[in-house]
Amino acid sequence: MPAEKMLRALREAGWATLVVAGLSFPIIAYRAEPDFNNLLALQPRWPLFLQFCAAAFLLRFFLSLWSGGEAKVKPARVWPKLPWLGPLLLAGLTVYPLAVVALLGPQAALKWIDTYGVQILIYVLLGWGLNITVGLAGLLDLGYAAFYAVGAYAYALLAPLTGLGFWALLPVCGLLAAFWGFCIGFPILRLRGDYLAIVTLAFAEIVRIVLINWDVVTHGEAGLFGFPGLNFFGLPFIPGPRGFAAHFGLPFQGVQKQIFLYYLVLVLALLANLVSLRLRRLPLGRAWEALREDEIACRALGLDTRNIKLTAFALGAFFAGIAGCLFALRQGFVSPSAFTFSESALILAIVVLGGGGSQLGVAVAAVFLVGASELLRELTFLKSVFGPDFDPAQYRMLLVGLAMVAMMNFRPRGLVSTRAPTVRLSNPSSGPSDHLLPQGEKGVAS
Amino acid sequence: MTALLSISGVTAFYGAVQALRGVDLEVGKGEIVALIGSNGAGKSTLMMSIFGNPRVRDGKILFDGQDITHMPTHEIARLSIAQSPEGRRIFARMTVFENLQMGAAVAQNVGFDDNLEKVFAIFPRLKERQKQRGGTLSGGEQQMLAIARALMSNPKLLLLDEPSLGLAPLVCKQIFETVKRLNEQEGLSVFLVEQDAHHALKLAHRAYVLVNGAVTMSGRGADLLRDPKVRAAYLEGGAH
Repeated sequence: MPAEKMLRALREAGWATLVVAGLSFPIIAYRAEPDFNNLLALQPRWPLFLQFCAAAFLLRFFLSLWSGGEAKVKPARVWPKLPWLGPLLLAGLTVYPLAVVALLGPQAALKWIDTYGVQILIYVLLGWGLNITVGLAGLLDLGYAAFYAVGAYAYALLAPLTGLGFWALLPVCGLLAAFWGFCIGFPILRLRGDYLAIVTLAFAEIVRIVLINWDVVTHGEAGLFGFPGLNFFGLPFIPGPRGFAAHFGLPFQGVQKQIFLYYLVLVLALLANLVSLRLRRLPLGRAWEALREDEIACRALGLDTRNIKLTAFALGAFFAGIAGCLFALRQGFVSPSAFTFSESALILAIVVLGGGGSQLGVAVAAVFLVGASELLRELTFLKSVFGPDFDPAQYRMLLVGLAMVAMMNFRPRGLVSTRAPTVRLSNPSSGPSDHLLPQGEKGVAS
Repeated sequence: MTALLSISGVTAFYGAVQALRGVDLEVGKGEIVALIGSNGAGKSTLMMSIFGNPRVRDGKILFDGQDITHMPTHEIARLSIAQSPEGRRIFARMTVFENLQMGAAVAQNVGFDDNLEKVFAIFPRLKERQKQRGGTLSGGEQQMLAIARALMSNPKLLLLDEPSLGLAPLVCKQIFETVKRLNEQEGLSVFLVEQDAHHALKLAHRAYVLVNGAVTMSGRGADLLRDPKVRAAYLEGGAH
């Protein structure tokens, strides 16, 4: 059999190489560069092209050889329940900022708490919010960043205008975003799937373009800054006698504000988690899931799909608004460039990678996608390998793509499967539910 | 006999195509009424138009004396009409138990436990599998689940759209026997849309034949079963 196996691996590798060659020919084999007359000239890069083909060939060859090609039926395996996992993670997250300060000192800890702590937690919150709309209710929203922007701008505009602190404005940001979720939800109730996705995408673009062009209010591309920042129940994080540090008799350190923000985001994210977990057990959450499964059946069972969709949209938007407010507090600066389509795509990628509907999966995906792309910036030693022009941060999207491909290959249901069934097969593609889903019968009109 | 559901002069369109051409039909209390016809005759359209999808253009639909012609779908469903739609449309990724819960959503969970017990007594198979995902059930079990889900709202009228679709003859027979039992014991009125004319006519008290969106014949099920025209069109040359 080895000869046969080798032959098949060779054949598969050959096909893979052909695909890679076809794809990379226009992108890699020639590079368009301006010549001395400032005209574009094609510069051949055949060695690089060959390297790509060779890499594809070898990768596919060894993958085929190693995986054996034939689907093996593995015995069913029941996933163990891990009751200690939640408390353990929670304890780890609670101790994290203090541990980092203790280990690295207050100056070096700043980056680890802010970039890796607060930022990732904001994305976890965003992921959990979008999970309600996409994962539970099955409404594909490609414009989630719009609600995020509403929250951020609501805080940046209202804080100086009203003089209210962030405690008062936090729910306002959420409610404003929810209001917009409601507004956009209404006209698109009849849309499904791809059409819904396109309209939400367009909505996000409208919001972004309004933010850019409504100079009087939003200051366009320049953005808003100088709005009041975070305070600890009225005590600002400033040096001097009226600050937080002096009040508690502590030496002033910049990191105190970040630590407080970290705990604030953590608590709000956990609240969002709690709300979605509770809702899922209530009739409304069940109705969301039923809506995701089959809208016509829902209506036939007497469920008001309009209200169900609107609540899913509005609640998802609410958490985006909260996250937007936190974003404004973290950055101290908001501008339209922070709410582009790639932001929506990233949040959606977090939800999809996490396995739509799963809370832990979404959190893990957020840590992976945001954390890893931040870590890329740290890999400065790669410059010594690939030359001084090499900027590892530019390979972010490549990483997202790789993560998606790896997920489709190894865990097609997401990192953590949504609804734990009683029996789970370790090879998901041969799971019974895949074959028996009445796919062919869905969407039959009449 | 008072009519529970009465449909009069109903027309419906898909765009410019007329699917129903003035259908008159009645389902009395405690009756099993079958609607038979070939593919594309408009059977499912009529069934769905009772639920307002598609909306009828002309005509009137009365349920229990109340005009439901222009009511929103979900409100119609709250009037103790339950439907087991074509292609079953169970929630594949939710468990059997959760599917049944969704069926009780209309009833606001009033008498949920009693209904559940009743439904499990009719379909013991579902009780065994209540923790399993809907999508992992066999075709027959999925059909049972679709009917059971509809029964969870304690309906007066059950609309059954092609319950035999894609089922083995034996399973199909079981389903029909269950429907008959429900009718006899609980007094449930049933409106059945079916391609399998033989079984449908045997089960039904009365039946209608739908051709090209219009009723061409109606009468007692047993009479239609013997009618030479019906035999020629729907029974002979068929599988039975």
